[in-house]
Amino acid sequence: MLRYILSRLGQSLVLLLIVSFIGFAVLTLAPGGPLSQFALSPGMTQEQIEKIAAQMGLDRPVAVQYFDWLRHLVVGDWGTSYRDGQSVLHVIGSHLFATLLLMGSATVISVSLGSTIGIFSALRRRSGFDYTMTVLAMIALSIPTFWFGLIAIYVFSLNLGWLPAGNMYTVGDGSVLDYLRHLIMPAAVLALVDVAIWSRYMRTSTLNVINQDFVRTARAKGLTRRRVVLKHIVGNSLVPMITLAGLQLPMVLGGALVTETVFTWPGMGRLFLDSLGYSDYPVVMGLLMASAILVLIGNLAADLIVALIDPRIRLD
Amino acid sequence: MTKDKKHKQQPNRRQALMMMGAAGTAGLMGPMAIGRDRAFAANADASGQLVLAFSQEPTVFNPLMPHIEVDEGLYYAVFDPLFDFDPSGEFFPILAAEVPTVANGGISEDGLSWSLKLKDGVTWHDGTPFTAEDVKFSLELTMDPDFRSFRSTGYKLMRNITVVSDTELTWEMSAPFAPMAAILASTYIIPKHAFDGVADKNNTPFNNAPIGTGPFKFKTRMAGDHIELEANADYHMDGPFLKTLIIKYVPDLNVMYTQFKSGDIDVIGLQYITPDHLAEAETLKGKVVTVAGTATFESLGLNMTRPQFQDRAVRQALYAALDKSSIIEALYYGVPSPTETYMPRQSYYYNPDLPKHEFSIDKANAILDEAGWMRGPDGIREKNGVKLVFSNSTTAGNHLREQAQQFMQQTFSQIGVKMEIKNLPPAVMWGDYWMNSEFDSVVVGLNALAGADPDTSNYFMSTMSPALGGSGQNTFAYQNPKVDELLVKGAATFVPEQRKAIYEEIQMIIREDLPFLPMFQYAVIKGWKDDVTGPAPNVNNRIDTWNVRDWKRG
Repeated sequence: MLRYILSRLGQSLVLLLIVSFIGFAVLTLAPGGPLSQFALSPGMTQEQIEKIAAQMGLDRPVAVQYFDWLRHLVVGDWGTSYRDGQSVLHVIGSHLFATLLLMGSATVISVSLGSTIGIFSALRRRSGFDYTMTVLAMIALSIPTFWFGLIAIYVFSLNLGWLPAGNMYTVGDGSVLDYLRHLIMPAAVLALVDVAIWSRYMRTSTLNVINQDFVRTARAKGLTRRRVVLKHIVGNSLVPMITLAGLQLPMVLGGALVTETVFTWPGMGRLFLDSLGYSDYPVVMGLLMASAILVLIGNLAADLIVALIDPRIRLD
Repeated sequence: MTKDKKHKQQPNRRQALMMMGAAGTAGLMGPMAIGRDRAFAANADASGQLVLAFSQEPTVFNPLMPHIEVDEGLYYAVFDPLFDFDPSGEFFPILAAEVPTVANGGISEDGLSWSLKLKDGVTWHDGTPFTAEDVKFSLELTMDPDFRSFRSTGYKLMRNITVVSDTELTWEMSAPFAPMAAILASTYIIPKHAFDGVADKNNTPFNNAPIGTGPFKFKTRMAGDHIELEANADYHMDGPFLKTLIIKYVPDLNVMYTQFKSGDIDVIGLQYITPDHLAEAETLKGKVVTVAGTATFESLGLNMTRPQFQDRAVRQALYAALDKSSIIEALYYGVPSPTETYMPRQSYYYNPDLPKHEFSIDKANAILDEAGWMRGPDGIREKNGVKLVFSNSTTAGNHLREQAQQFMQQTFSQIGVKMEIKNLPPAVMWGDYWMNSEFDSVVVGLNALAGADPDTSNYFMSTMSPALGGSGQNTFAYQNPKVDELLVKGAATFVPEQRKAIYEEIQMIIREDLPFLPMFQYAVIKGWKDDVTGPAPNVNNRIDTWNVRDWKRG
């Protein structure tokens, strides 16, 4: 097991290196750069732009810039944002709470609700409930989040006046209740799509389990339906969900760009877009590396957990 | 987006030079007159909270470092310049006790020696007294080779900045430069003591916790969301009248408008209400919505080094075939107003007597026939082997401009001119392609004034074209010796009335030469709740918070 973990970690390092190289190359070779936004500033001269570029080290060859960045990263220095002069880890950290709050709530809702719906759909396959949920899931999956978010704002904020039209909290208030009022709409909008996804996966997974021999055996030896479902079906049908959850981890921390924009939620998705727009290379690279690390960790953790709870799988 | 960024205030109008005699008697707008000292200040009644929304996020808090327009929205709240422009283009003093002019002796007749008197008793937000040393420090920092300075224009002419006393300083100019006053009006003064013992001036605690002398103190920033400012009870002018000012970042304009409608936003700032919402916005209850002209003008810019554009007749014909009013009405909801020049109509230096554009395909055809441009077998006109075919570029993804290009393409085809559309992503478009004049023609929004001073040397002086071996923004590669001469004269003339004549003549010559085909002066749709007073359009400043000290609620 230890050998397996070590070799996976080794592979991960190589992958990270490749990701960082490609990311850096694509970013810096794209035309423009962090100073192009000043080009039309009245009175700006090419000379002044070149001077600023030299001061920021942007005039060096891309390879030199890359190895300089990498050298700092290895010793834990993620660099400094061009945009606000803060360290990259600070910038990412300052968006972490908002992201975790929103994505965490949405994930809790979607996983619990989605799994429940999926199990019931599978147990009552081809029932009215199953068909209704299938249709609803298809609708939820096809509605663009942007549109759904705006409709929600239109109905619940502008017409009914029940909920605020956006933001994470009211400046000057910031009580738990205030946060909750602001959280409801964006979390619900985000969860809507995820509930649909989770319920579909869960339904399929449960159906697979239901048809297995051990379920028939359990029924045959006279166990109550309740016991069969809870002990034999649900537990086993959740196993594939662990892998799915592992893949979901980087999403939870990566934020949701569209929902964050519609509800002016200061999360990671918008940070990424803003940093890209500003060609804030250090922050973009920081986010890229962080999400690459999360993908690798999420996958590794899912594989390990599945191996631990499923005796059929051996990693060595 | 890039193209909308404007910076640097330059020159401005009535340079104060002449007219303000004694400390601020002249030319100040009512509520701002000089007497606004602490003695009169109603600072005690600062109350309430106001949420001002911007669609970009202010992140650069040292005003002398490279920044964008939206950052200045914060600077006006936290910092003060020495003096500033009111909406009519007059200077009024802020940190200065009086605005230096030739008349009051603040500027010598030849424009080479300046002396500046400062207000007494002003303090920084941390309680440290503000002195002439801070002004000297700020001015010199712009030229510090190790400092990532945003601008050098003007500052690089300053010599021997000398502190005479805590409230007075003098300097020399290596050449007379009338726009200097306007540059100073956009120079926010920063505290010297915040940089004491700092090794790297580009990276100081000040950058994230700015200290100013302005009406509001920086309290907190929630990255990606908002900045909270609180009233500076010791402010040296009247105001502030708000206890808390929130600068809220709302990246999407539809969302911003929705939050304005729902009441979450009190004042809608940069980039304002989009024209498609104007009709509805005007009917909103409890809101004030107003259209205000900006200093940016939209034009079809020509690369004057291209053989197609050498003949003035071609440029005149293209202008006649430009269906401006359809573009303005159909695409921009009639919000901007047509213009003949780069000068905003609100400016003191605007020339109202320029020939009026008239859309006429027949006239355009007649001009080209007469000039000897004959249609070839493919219907495209040519003369001496030069065909009237050229490309036109602008920011890819700017839908309004892309549609405007199609209008142009259509009407131009009716006069035997083929315009090919070749749009590029913003970073490419406004990079070397623009700066080195690699385009044939462009659709661009420019603020050639760079503030309220009428000096446009950077854009129209022949030596300012990178394509012709110069360094500047003359990307149309426009060359006219008469304009060069007038621009030099105007920049060395300190009396507003004399300067007006010079700049009116320049506008006339450029209108005749047509290095760019002027389309319209941009206008924006501003809005605020009707219990808010204070916001006032000011074409001479880059952003609405220029008078945030006066804003109040109720």
